[in-house]
Amino acid sequence: MKKYTDTGKKDTRSGFGVGLLKAGQANPNVVALTADLKGSLKMDAFAAEFPERFIQCGIAEANMVGAAAGLAITGKIPFIGSFAEFVTGRVYDQIRQEVAYGCTNVKIASSHAGITLGEDGATHQTMEDIALMRALPGMVVLNPCDFNQTVQATIAAAKYNGPVYLRFGRPSVPNFTPEDEPFVIGKAIVLNEGKDVTLIATGHTVWEALLAAEALEADGISAEVINMATIKPLDEEAIVKSAKKTGAVVVAEEHNMAGGLGEAVAGVLAKNLPTPVEFVNGQDRFGQSGTPSALMAAYGLDAPHIAEAAKKAVARK
Amino acid sequence: MAKTNEELKMIATQVRRDILRMVCMAKSGHPGGSMGSTDILTSLYFNEMNQNPATWTRDGKGQDMFILSAGHMTPVYYSVLARAGYFPADELGSFRQMGTRLQGHPSVRKNLPGIFQASGSLGQGLSAACGLALGKKLDQDPNFVYCLCGDGESEEGQIWEAGMFAVFHKLDNLIAMTDWNGQQIDGPVEKVAGEGDLAAKWEAWGWKVIVADGHDFDAIAKAFELAKAGKGSGQPTMILFKTEMGHGVSFMAGTHKWHGSVPKPEQLEQALNELGETPLGDF
Repeated sequence: MKKYTDTGKKDTRSGFGVGLLKAGQANPNVVALTADLKGSLKMDAFAAEFPERFIQCGIAEANMVGAAAGLAITGKIPFIGSFAEFVTGRVYDQIRQEVAYGCTNVKIASSHAGITLGEDGATHQTMEDIALMRALPGMVVLNPCDFNQTVQATIAAAKYNGPVYLRFGRPSVPNFTPEDEPFVIGKAIVLNEGKDVTLIATGHTVWEALLAAEALEADGISAEVINMATIKPLDEEAIVKSAKKTGAVVVAEEHNMAGGLGEAVAGVLAKNLPTPVEFVNGQDRFGQSGTPSALMAAYGLDAPHIAEAAKKAVARK
Repeated sequence: MAKTNEELKMIATQVRRDILRMVCMAKSGHPGGSMGSTDILTSLYFNEMNQNPATWTRDGKGQDMFILSAGHMTPVYYSVLARAGYFPADELGSFRQMGTRLQGHPSVRKNLPGIFQASGSLGQGLSAACGLALGKKLDQDPNFVYCLCGDGESEEGQIWEAGMFAVFHKLDNLIAMTDWNGQQIDGPVEKVAGEGDLAAKWEAWGWKVIVADGHDFDAIAKAFELAKAGKGSGQPTMILFKTEMGHGVSFMAGTHKWHGSVPKPEQLEQALNELGETPLGDF
C-alpha cells in the first residue's frame, strides 16, 4: 500500500487562514467578513495585511451573508467565516436567497464543522451542514482533508466564479497531502489503488480511511482509498470506475446520513452500477461534549469502524 | 433634466395604472404597497438617482444602485423601471406569467435590466444594500445606494442587524427608505406586532432620520436633498416616508386588504376611471 507521512499535525482552519492570505495577496478583490470569530477562523493574518478588506460584522450572521452578497455584486470576492452551524443552519434562507438564488460570488468559510468541534457540544457541532448546502442549486461543496489541502481549496474557491461552501475543522489532524498540489474542484483523488473494496472519504475521515486500508491490508483485503474533497459537483466517473473494479464501497464522513456524501454516492451507484455500499457516518444523532478523538470513536467514525464497514461491504459482494 | 411635479404626477398616475393592470392580468400580485410607494419610486428613478438604463450593469459601477428590500412590491418596481427605459413597457403584460423576466419577486436569473439582487424573503435587502455601499466605498465610487424597506418588513430582526452594521461601518452613501404605511397582510402594524415609533428606533440605532410625506413630491425631493447632504458625515440615512397603502384609488386607500389581493374587473374599471388616462398610454 502507498505510504503517506504525517508531516506534523495541524488544524484545517489554519490552512484556511493561510489560503485566505494567499488568495488576498493574489487578488485585490478578495475580502473577508466574520461574525466575531476572526481568531477562531484564523483570519488574523489577512486582517493585519489588508485591514480595509477585513470586515467585522459582529454577532449578526444573517446580515453578514447579505452584506457579502452586496459586496460580491460590486465585484468583490467575499469570504464569510463562522462556525459551520452558524454559517449554514442559522442562515440557510439568507444563503439560499442572497447567495445561491441571487447568483453572488460568495465563499462560505465554515469552520469547526462536524463532531470534532469537541467540547462545546451538540449546539455547536453540526452534522447536517453538507445536506443543507448540497440541496442548494449551483452551490459547490468542498471538504478538504488536511492543512495543505485546505490551503489549496481556499485558493481554488477564490478563483472559482460562483458560490462555494468550504468546510473545515478545529482539531489538529495529520497533514499528509502534497504542499503545493493545486485543488481541482470536482475531481476525486485516488490516494491508494486497491481491488477488493473502495473507501470513499471526505474531510477528517480521509486519514482514518488510510489507517483502515492499512489494517485491511494486514487482513488480506486490498482497499482503494478515494479522497472526495469535492462533494458537489460529485466526481461520478471516479466513483463508478472504482466501484466497477472493487465491487464494494464504503463512504465515510463526519456528518449524519441524511443528505450527506453517503447518500450522494449511493445515488450515483444506484443509477449507474448497483453496488453494495456501507455507510460510516453519525447516522441520525446529535453530538455531545468530548475530545475530538473520543467523539470520532464513540460515533463510529474512526479507522476501526471504517475497516469493519469494509469487511461488511466485501461480504455482501 | 429634472421632472416638474406635474410631470412626476403624470408618470406616477401611469405607474398606478400599470400596477393595477399588471396584477389584474396576472390575477395575483401586491397592488396595495406598490401604489403606496409609487410617488417615492417615481421621484427616485426620474429625479434623484444617477442611473442610466443604456449603460446599466449589475455591478452598478459609476451609477447609483437600488435594492427593493420589500420584494413583493414588484408591480411598482417593474413599472417604474420600464417607464424609465430599462425594458419595453409592453413587457409589463407578462408579469408573473410562465417564462417571464418579470418574476413574482425580483430575480437576477432572467436578465431583466435594472435588477441588482433577488429579494422577497423579507428583512434581507438592507443587508445587501450595506454590502453594495461598502463595495462602493472600497472602490472609491462616490455614488449612492438606495434601499426601500417596508414597515411590516422591519419586524424582521435582520433589518436591525443591518442597521447596526451601517452605522458601525459609517455607510453615509447609504440612503434607506421605509414605506411607512402602517399596514401589513394581517392588519394594521400596531395590531399585528406593535412596532412602535420607527423614527425613535432608527435614531436610537444611530441613523440620521428624516420623516416625510411620501405622496408630496416637494417633500420627497426635500427628503432626498437632506439625505444626500449627509455624505461625508459618516452616518447612514433613513427616510421614513409616511404613505397610504393603495393610494390613488378611493376604495383601495388606507387598508391592508389590498396588500396582496387583486381587484375584480368592474373594480379595475372604476380604479382606472378614478386615476384617469395619461399621455404615456397603457402598455
